Amino acid sequence: MNKKQPIILLKDIIKEYRSLDVITPVLQGVSLSVYPGDFIAITGPSGSGKSTMMNILGLLDVPTSGTYILNGEKTTGLSEDKLAFIRNKEIGFVFQSFNLLTRSSALENVVLPAIYAGSNKKIRNDRAIELLSQVGLKERMYNRPNQLSGGQQQRVAIARALMNNPEIILADEPTGNLDTKSGNDVMNILKTLNKEGKTIVLITHELDIASQAKKVIHFRDGKII
Amino acid sequence: MELSELLRLSWKALVVNKLRSILTTLGIIIGVFAIILLVSLGTGLQTYITKQVSSLGSNLLFVIPGAEGGARSAGGAVANKLLYSDAKTLAFRLKDIASVAPVIQKTATLKRKNNTDKNVTIAGTTYNYSDIVNIKVVKGTPFTLSQQNSNAKVAIIGQTVIDKLFNSENPIGQVFFVGSTPFRVVGIAEKRGSVFGIDEDNAIIIPITVAQQQFNITNVNAIYLSAKRPELVNFVKQQATTILLKRLTADDFNIQSQESALSTVNNITNVLSIALGGIASISLLVGGIGVANIMLVSVTERTKEIGLRKALGAKRRDILAQFLLEAIILSLVGGVIGILLGIIASLIISQFFVSTVTPWSIFLAFFFSVAVGVVFGVAPAMKASKLSPIEALRYE
Repeated sequence: MNKKQPIILLKDIIKEYRSLDVITPVLQGVSLSVYPGDFIAITGPSGSGKSTMMNILGLLDVPTSGTYILNGEKTTGLSEDKLAFIRNKEIGFVFQSFNLLTRSSALENVVLPAIYAGSNKKIRNDRAIELLSQVGLKERMYNRPNQLSGGQQQRVAIARALMNNPEIILADEPTGNLDTKSGNDVMNILKTLNKEGKTIVLITHELDIASQAKKVIHFRDGKII
Repeated sequence: MELSELLRLSWKALVVNKLRSILTTLGIIIGVFAIILLVSLGTGLQTYITKQVSSLGSNLLFVIPGAEGGARSAGGAVANKLLYSDAKTLAFRLKDIASVAPVIQKTATLKRKNNTDKNVTIAGTTYNYSDIVNIKVVKGTPFTLSQQNSNAKVAIIGQTVIDKLFNSENPIGQVFFVGSTPFRVVGIAEKRGSVFGIDEDNAIIIPITVAQQQFNITNVNAIYLSAKRPELVNFVKQQATTILLKRLTADDFNIQSQESALSTVNNITNVLSIALGGIASISLLVGGIGVANIMLVSVTERTKEIGLRKALGAKRRDILAQFLLEAIILSLVGGVIGILLGIIASLIISQFFVSTVTPWSIFLAFFFSVAVGVVFGVAPAMKASKLSPIEALRYE
């Protein structure tokens, strides 16, 4: 992978929320380059704008102004469906509250991104089972989320994030709902993935978690400090 | 997203909320059931009346008082100017091309020993009436011309009259009373059944001459004409009109053929079928609103799921398809069950009343139930597909 070209390039990103006549600035000119193989932790107190940052990085939200180039492609101004397509292919999400479908088995949850990618049923099922065994949950693949512990649920979520083999993993407080041991397990998986070449952006307010990343970025009042 | 996966997904979502899905489907079931059943009743009625009118024979014409479709006197009653003598004139002048039978119709109570039979339809007519209108005398004989001319108090009676007056006795040759007048039974008419609570077997036929005396009237309610051959029907109609116009005006009578009577009947029953179907459609509409309602609830409940699916790469049309399919499955399952129940109910009803399931009502109901799913599912599904992923993910 060419180290010179960033996988994520943010330039002067501004995000404001408008309600009635009140404009609330959340991100006030953020510029950031993330290179392939990076493991970046974004930290900051609540209200610093790091969650908004995560949404914009994940193409879940669009900036008010500024440029976001992902993998050499400009993402600003793209349609909602086009953004969904890019999310599906290039970004794996890990959320604080796991966000698994409660009525579906672990296997069904993991396979979900591949269903939207339209891949072959046999191939995607095999891959999902393989990913579940990688996170040590092969024997739990028919269990529903409520039959799994928090740590297990987050491991299912990580397997899901890897389903379409994206280059970037975005993890938003992935250890926030977990006990220390489970949190460590999750962090170890993320570190292993990073060693295998995945680019990881981690959002957390816990400094000891952030310190496990290769690079830490601090946010305050919508700016990188 | 492939269809099999969508179907599995939608089905699963419906099964999870079993009771809710069943209750929503019930609205559609009732609507479709009502459409099938009411249209079947309307059609059954039409078939029945058509059969009744057809059974009179295609050679038949009938002269009835009043102008066609109007010229009624105040109060809606027809000023009846038709006389027995008109029938006699027609019989004489048309004797080579048609048979003629005038009819006086009255209702009266019959008595025999301790038995009474109320509201019996009494038809006073000529000896040839049963031939003209295809009434079969299954036992005994019709009364004769000479009995008619000699004012013989004889009667052909229906099955209900036998049941009420004669218990298990053989009625032929027995006597019963209309008021104080004794009548002797000469024949028994074939059983005809009843429709709309009117028992067609609670009837007797007596000579017109006797009926005139008995009820003290000179008018007749109708004059039946039977052309000797089907191709003569129009000619007979023309001739009869010419003959009657010598004494009467065009406002005093009109001549209906079986064909025109059938088309009138069909017009009325078609309107009836459509009206019944229309009323039933309202309940289907209500059922559809139920589907829309429950789909809106479902979208709200699953806001977070929608957000997650979008984050993971679901496009708008994936979400739209998922929720639309749920609504369609609800309506479709309701539609199929409603159709089956409608057919079953219609078959049961046809055992003791008229009811005919028509293919078009099944297609219509099926099509409507799918359409209801699409129409009432589209708004909630659109709402779901337009949710922003972050708003939806944040939703608790």
